[in-house]
Amino acid sequence: MAAALNIQKGTSKHSAYDLRDPNAEAVERHTLAVIVDNEAGVLARVIGLFSGRGYNIDSLTVAEVDHEGHRSRITIVTTGTPAVIDQIKAQLGRIVPVHEVHDLTVEGPSVERELALFKVVSGGDKRVEALRLADIFRANVVDSTLESFVFEITGTPQKVDAFGELMRPLGLTEMARTGIAALSRGS
Amino acid sequence: MTQMTGAKMVVQALKDQGVEVVFGYPGGAVLPIYDEIFQQTEIRHILVRHEQAAVHAAEGYARSTGKPGVVLVTSGPGATNAVTGITDALMDSIPLVVLTGQVPTFMVGNDAFQEADTVGITRPCTKHNWLVKDTDALADTIHQAFHVATSGRPGPVLVDIPKDVQFAEGTYVEPRAAKTGHYQPKVKGDKEMITRLVEAMETAERPIFYTGGGVINSGDAATQLLREFVDATGFPITSTLMGLGSYPASGKGWLGMLGMHGLYEANLAMHDCDLMINIGARFDDRITGRVADFSPHSRKAHIDIDPSSINKTIRVEMPIVGDVAHVLEDALRIWKSRGRKVNKAALAEWWAQIEEWRKVECLRYRNSDKIIKPQYALQRLEALTKDRKDRYICTEVGQHQMWAAQFLGFEAPNRWMTSGGLGTMGYGFPASIGVQIAHPDALVINVAGEGSWLMNMQEMGTAVQYSLPVKQFILNNERLGMVRQWQSLLHGNRYSHSWSEALPDFVKLAEAFGAKGIQCSDPADLDDAIAEMLAHDGPVIFDCLVEKHENCYPMIPSGEPHHKMLLGEDTGEDAIKAGGAVLV
Repeated sequence: MAAALNIQKGTSKHSAYDLRDPNAEAVERHTLAVIVDNEAGVLARVIGLFSGRGYNIDSLTVAEVDHEGHRSRITIVTTGTPAVIDQIKAQLGRIVPVHEVHDLTVEGPSVERELALFKVVSGGDKRVEALRLADIFRANVVDSTLESFVFEITGTPQKVDAFGELMRPLGLTEMARTGIAALSRGS
Repeated sequence: MTQMTGAKMVVQALKDQGVEVVFGYPGGAVLPIYDEIFQQTEIRHILVRHEQAAVHAAEGYARSTGKPGVVLVTSGPGATNAVTGITDALMDSIPLVVLTGQVPTFMVGNDAFQEADTVGITRPCTKHNWLVKDTDALADTIHQAFHVATSGRPGPVLVDIPKDVQFAEGTYVEPRAAKTGHYQPKVKGDKEMITRLVEAMETAERPIFYTGGGVINSGDAATQLLREFVDATGFPITSTLMGLGSYPASGKGWLGMLGMHGLYEANLAMHDCDLMINIGARFDDRITGRVADFSPHSRKAHIDIDPSSINKTIRVEMPIVGDVAHVLEDALRIWKSRGRKVNKAALAEWWAQIEEWRKVECLRYRNSDKIIKPQYALQRLEALTKDRKDRYICTEVGQHQMWAAQFLGFEAPNRWMTSGGLGTMGYGFPASIGVQIAHPDALVINVAGEGSWLMNMQEMGTAVQYSLPVKQFILNNERLGMVRQWQSLLHGNRYSHSWSEALPDFVKLAEAFGAKGIQCSDPADLDDAIAEMLAHDGPVIFDCLVEKHENCYPMIPSGEPHHKMLLGEDTGEDAIKAGGAVLV
């Protein structure tokens, strides 16, 4: 019964908080749709959950989607191991004004779109090239001066990223992105 | 459609919710509500001496009765002082409704006098909270608050009420008209999964029930069903700190508490079992030790009403989301209908193994006839009070708390009030006040350390004002014992700030408050001194001077698995110098 004493007196390497599972699995990216009562503080509850428990938020959008029922839809893109993603969903489900939590990443195919505005300030060939690329990407010009354009683009985050990269050498000065809105495909 | 002021509505809503007692402290932003309390007699208000104590007292009330505790405090500092108690209740799943005053709506956000963002501050430490800006919504919100606090996994909720909302007139709604529809946690467990659990129980060779506070929160039916199930199957049962009393300490299946300072046989059985049935416990880190090595050979079932508790730290094969009483009822019925099968031969071997572990006598300590050992003090307290059916024990936090859990036996639920999850020093004394308010004729003892006890000692005023005969049993080692123990084990005996150089004379302190003080330092006098404490009809501070350097064993060193427990081979200062803690 008496084996060697494994802990050393006078050392502090044994912390009570060093208990994490070393067998962590691969990190996944999930898009969650959370239907909530549109009441004061509900967004703070959701964000507070993520910050308080150390979860990631890659993207977050929120708006009222049912004016009569006062329901809002929060779309959150998060990353974590499968265990963490499950825990995030369970924790979201525990919040009293949360009605539904959908994991669009596992519930079947879904559509993800993002809207972005890019301000490009340039002249000469660069200005022409920017306009030509905007046409290829089906971006709209929503503001123009003799020195600048503001492009509006809608698409997947990857498409928006790609357009942004192309605009960078062509005089990109500012951008604004909405974050992802997502819905499951089909009925 | 009854019209009344917001303040009157608060009192009416509390009456309609069946509230008998409110723990609170007045202030500017709640004066209209206090004025209404003054003009009625149905609801009793207990004036504490600090808002934190109001919350702990309400916790003690709630835990000893199964009913929600109610707290009323003012804005700003009233609310912020309550935060520790609210967090404590959240961690231990205690139903509380906390009502806070707030500056008038037109001053909110102006940094007004005694303004704090109460709903912002308490959002992470409540189950839910509300700021009521309209008197018409006030009654409905309070009814919802009671519903949320007591449904599903219980917890504290807070309703913040601006002063102008208290003064304004509005329409009162009764509890049954309140909008509580969408918050209806699932109570029935999945039948297929319950059947899988029953199948596993029929063949298990080394099963164990591992139960927690969820059994007690579920109510008396859960306790009865658990006892029936344990006794009918003959399986061993252990419990967390929170769950003590749901299965009687005198029961034949009882292994004692598990966890960091749990019993050797309980922890070894958890490590070696082949079927672990977790009922209303949450695989807390004080229970699991090193997660990677936690009970490596077992199939695990987990019954919990909170889906987020399942698979949070320990992956389980049989997750069952539901209320303990409902799930146990189904499980017991299915097990009976399938012929009450257990693996008798294997169980006999399993119990023989457990008996071997018991022979270690893990709670053994070296007694003394010169100085009172804390364990001895608790053994005597147990011997002299265990026949009292109406005995309620509270504790503070630290070594004394663990010794109390080890050496006191609980035969019934709701008799043991201790701060488990948050580990709040200063919890026990106000909790004992709440318990005594709920059970005026009962024997209520707070087992304390002098360090914890001093954190809320101002409540002597409350105890004396309401003639509450709470017994403050202080194991005084002039040390922050658990801190000192960790410094001894892990920090080279460098006792950084873990002792008090200026402790009060507790007997004089009791007398200063108008209470009785008793001091005892000789083991030979202990029984008489305890008898004197028990015989006194009024609050008592019992200053029990104990061995200063006793360590609490057994102990799973943090970061180690269950089977690497330290046993106190020897105790006292010499033992520590000699490295008297051995690994088994």
